[in-house]
Amino acid sequence: MTTSAPVQDNRPAAEPVYRCRGLSKVYGQGEAAVHALRDVTMDVGDGELGVILGASGSGKSTLLNILGGLDHPTAGTVHFRGTDLTALDDGDLTAYRRRHVGFVFQFYNLMPSLTARENVALVTDIAPDPMAPEDALALVDLEGRMDHFPAQLSGGEQQRVAIARAIAKRPDVLFCDEPTGALDSRTGIRVLEALQRVNKDLGATTLLITHNAVIAGMADRVYRVVDGRVDQVTEPDVRHAPADLDW
Amino acid sequence: MALGTLNRKLGRDLWRLRGQVLAAALIIATGITLLVMARGVMVSLEVIRDSYYERNHFAQVFASAKRAPERLARAIADLPGVRQVETRIVEAAPLDMPDLREPATAQLISLPERGRPGLNRPLVRHGRWIEPGQRDEILLSEKFAAAHGLGPGDRLRATINGRRRDLAIVGLALSPEFIYAIAPGDLLPLEDHNAVVWMGRDALAAAFDLDGAFNNVVLDLSPGMDPAPVVRALDGLLARYGGIGAYGRKEQPSHAYLDAEIEGLRSFGLVSPAIILAVAAFVLNVIIGRTIETEREQIGLMKAFGYSRWAVAGHYGAFVLAIAALGAVIGSALGAWLGWAMTGFYADFFTFPYLYYDLDPAVFLLAALFAVASGALGMARGLARVLALPPAQAMRTAPPAVYRRGWVDRLPAGLVSPTGRKVKRHIGRWPVRAALTALGIAMAMGTVVSMRFMDDSMAFIIDVQYNRAQRQDLTVTFTRAQAARVRHDLAALPGVRAVEPFRMVPVRLRLGARSERIAIQGLVPRPVLSRPLDSRQAPIPVPEAGLTLSTILAQKLDAHPGDAVIVEVLEGRRPVLRLPLAATADDYVGKSAYMGLAALNRALDEAASINGTHLMVDPAAGETPYRRLKDAPLVRSVSRRAVNIETARKTMAEAMLVFSAVFTGFAAVIAFGVLYNGARVALSEQGRELASLRVLGFTRGEAAGVLVGELALLTVVALPLGGVLGYLFAWATTLSYDPELFRVPLRVEPRTYVLAAGVVLAALGASALVVRRRVARLNLIDVLKTRE
Repeated sequence: MTTSAPVQDNRPAAEPVYRCRGLSKVYGQGEAAVHALRDVTMDVGDGELGVILGASGSGKSTLLNILGGLDHPTAGTVHFRGTDLTALDDGDLTAYRRRHVGFVFQFYNLMPSLTARENVALVTDIAPDPMAPEDALALVDLEGRMDHFPAQLSGGEQQRVAIARAIAKRPDVLFCDEPTGALDSRTGIRVLEALQRVNKDLGATTLLITHNAVIAGMADRVYRVVDGRVDQVTEPDVRHAPADLDW
Repeated sequence: MALGTLNRKLGRDLWRLRGQVLAAALIIATGITLLVMARGVMVSLEVIRDSYYERNHFAQVFASAKRAPERLARAIADLPGVRQVETRIVEAAPLDMPDLREPATAQLISLPERGRPGLNRPLVRHGRWIEPGQRDEILLSEKFAAAHGLGPGDRLRATINGRRRDLAIVGLALSPEFIYAIAPGDLLPLEDHNAVVWMGRDALAAAFDLDGAFNNVVLDLSPGMDPAPVVRALDGLLARYGGIGAYGRKEQPSHAYLDAEIEGLRSFGLVSPAIILAVAAFVLNVIIGRTIETEREQIGLMKAFGYSRWAVAGHYGAFVLAIAALGAVIGSALGAWLGWAMTGFYADFFTFPYLYYDLDPAVFLLAALFAVASGALGMARGLARVLALPPAQAMRTAPPAVYRRGWVDRLPAGLVSPTGRKVKRHIGRWPVRAALTALGIAMAMGTVVSMRFMDDSMAFIIDVQYNRAQRQDLTVTFTRAQAARVRHDLAALPGVRAVEPFRMVPVRLRLGARSERIAIQGLVPRPVLSRPLDSRQAPIPVPEAGLTLSTILAQKLDAHPGDAVIVEVLEGRRPVLRLPLAATADDYVGKSAYMGLAALNRALDEAASINGTHLMVDPAAGETPYRRLKDAPLVRSVSRRAVNIETARKTMAEAMLVFSAVFTGFAAVIAFGVLYNGARVALSEQGRELASLRVLGFTRGEAAGVLVGELALLTVVALPLGGVLGYLFAWATTLSYDPELFRVPLRVEPRTYVLAAGVVLAALGASALVVRRRVARLNLIDVLKTRE
């Protein structure tokens, strides 16, 4: 089952995937107003593995929510391949998420009543051009655990199921919000390896949110968020393999 | 203060869950409404009846005879326990009403020439009492007058004992004797066809040659006196004067029907609320169980802080009691109001002179008791869990649910979608909870059936009574037994296509120590127009020498086929017969007995005699046969089947319009309450998962579909069970009717099941809309940041 795509791919070559201009997000009003984002202007390149780095409360999740079509900015615009996301209604945003975006959450958010394979199938059923759930699970090294329920999997395995679920639809963009936040470092590294492989093999633009500066070591580009602003964008000279990271 | 804080939490929880609280309270309220309404109507009817009886001196013993000398009154008055005696002349006469094709029938009742009757005193509501010596002055029953637009000053044409009389209406009256003025064998009173005419004793005595004599007597007894010995003694005194059997108030038709209705209300007022409140207990059980599940941590926290188990349990108990109290208050208010409206309806249906509505405060106590009992049943399981939950365990999140693979996994993968599997596994994971929800839905559907099946039963009775058992167009009775050849005169009337004679004779049936007073019908061997039917509505041939009794009568006598029943004929030479019970007839209305006409006449030692005939009339004959019947001096009454059917249908339609609309509304509230609660609880449990689905790109409809799918599946499973429960509930409801007057067959037609299923599905649809709206409001961002 698919819905018609509200987002047309009408970008010229080498156009950024996301073009954000003057993004602001304010929660509350008057004295109680909280400025989660202040005048953010940034571009995200096609196929890059970006890390959005910031302390808790810095506004990085708000940024991701807006890019992911879960929230509207208070001011400013976000263009995804030429389409203004801020102009879309709920139904179009749902279709945008359905066709173009994969999510990986800190707490996996798997359906406990479905097996690993079925959790992935849940998304492939509604995607226009998905890969087989088995192939997606193989990409994250879970061929042997496909018929297990979440309760029968470790935290790392659950997160890898979540990654398989996110990539099975062949998304254009993969958003990962603290994907290793609930995992120990050894398990976390396996998850990051899976993400890097997916980014390389599928060419999906991957944005990874973390407060863990070490993880920035594997990024093509690092966006530092401080107090609601994108303070600094750097392109590291060396990209480390996840296995080389240590925290 | 500790208690204050818990109470604040209670208040906030009630407000937070207000939708569910209100839905559950409304289910309780429907039960309480029915309880309060039925008890209110019942008590009010009793009060009205008793005061009416007392003010108008309603008698306690009744008897008719052929002709008893007036001096016998003294002997009757001397019977032990008799306080007052009123002798009367009671006869029947056809009335020629210009607005009716066929004659109407008046029951003529004598009034003393001077003063007022000591017993069964009519209440004049318009006009005046008759003047002594004015032989053509009458009082006319108010409903009949109203049906024909008559009032004081109008005139009435009657054929009294074969002679035309022009009567002057001077007053309109009611009497406690005719609160429910139903003719024997009729399904319902025919207000425009059956009149009561009160006139001077001298005029009636002259017309029926009863000077210095009476043919009817009514008695009042000393307080606390058992009527049975008086009835026996009175029978003894009247036997030689053609007495046809005395009876107490219990058998007086108007009183018996009213009593049956009041008793019906009494049991209806308990059975229906009990059914509904059981459903309410179920719903509460589910709400409380699941609320406690979602508040495990808070329960643990309260216990860890040092609240006793009982204080915490009391907190949740108070939550349920608050719902019960809300239901009791809404139900009591609505029930009190509906009871008032219903009492008005009843006061009109039964002919009462005044309306009085009173609610015994005890009824509210009963309502509170019912509501609390339902609440207590509903919370027992949940509270046991609150008590048992150790603080440490409670504060840990519930362990993740373990799902298992089942039959659904053996199906080809393409056949069942992951959402379908999710629904199935969720049900499989909590089978008891799913079963309870399905049972709740089934009970809701059953309630709809139990509140609607009466339509089917009544339609069935009308069909059996007027299409299968009685197929004649007209039934004509004669003022006295006629030679059988009179049938040829009737057959010769223009348009008459078939004639079927019968004879009705008062008898007393005896078997062992039991006895029943009844008019036995002598029928031709193979009746075609009016015939007794067996339980499959097939006609029963009339045995040459034997007796056919209606099921109820056979039960009353404890008679079984083959038993020799003693038939004491109370007419003519009063023969006593011994007849074997040949068959039982499945009559729904009243008690009846049948035997062969020839055998009856032989026993009476009379040449072939009949006192009535059933007729088939060609509609093309127009008014002629009716006009001829109006003019025939021998005719005592004419009843037309079409009028009976029309009256029955009209009365049913009116009653159903009021009752069915109210009851179906109630049932819809119950069905919605059950499904809405199921949906809301499921939503609170699975909200996080649904929000995740939304983030993954599921539309609102698709995400809501997961939840609604589960409810829909449970509903589909519940519907057949609901049909079965409905049948059982309906059966329980039929038990609340007095079978002596009216046997309510348990008939539930497919349309009623369809309607009930429709109500449940509509409730499902409404709940689905609520779920959809809620899913639209799910916070998609929170779900990403919170641990389950």
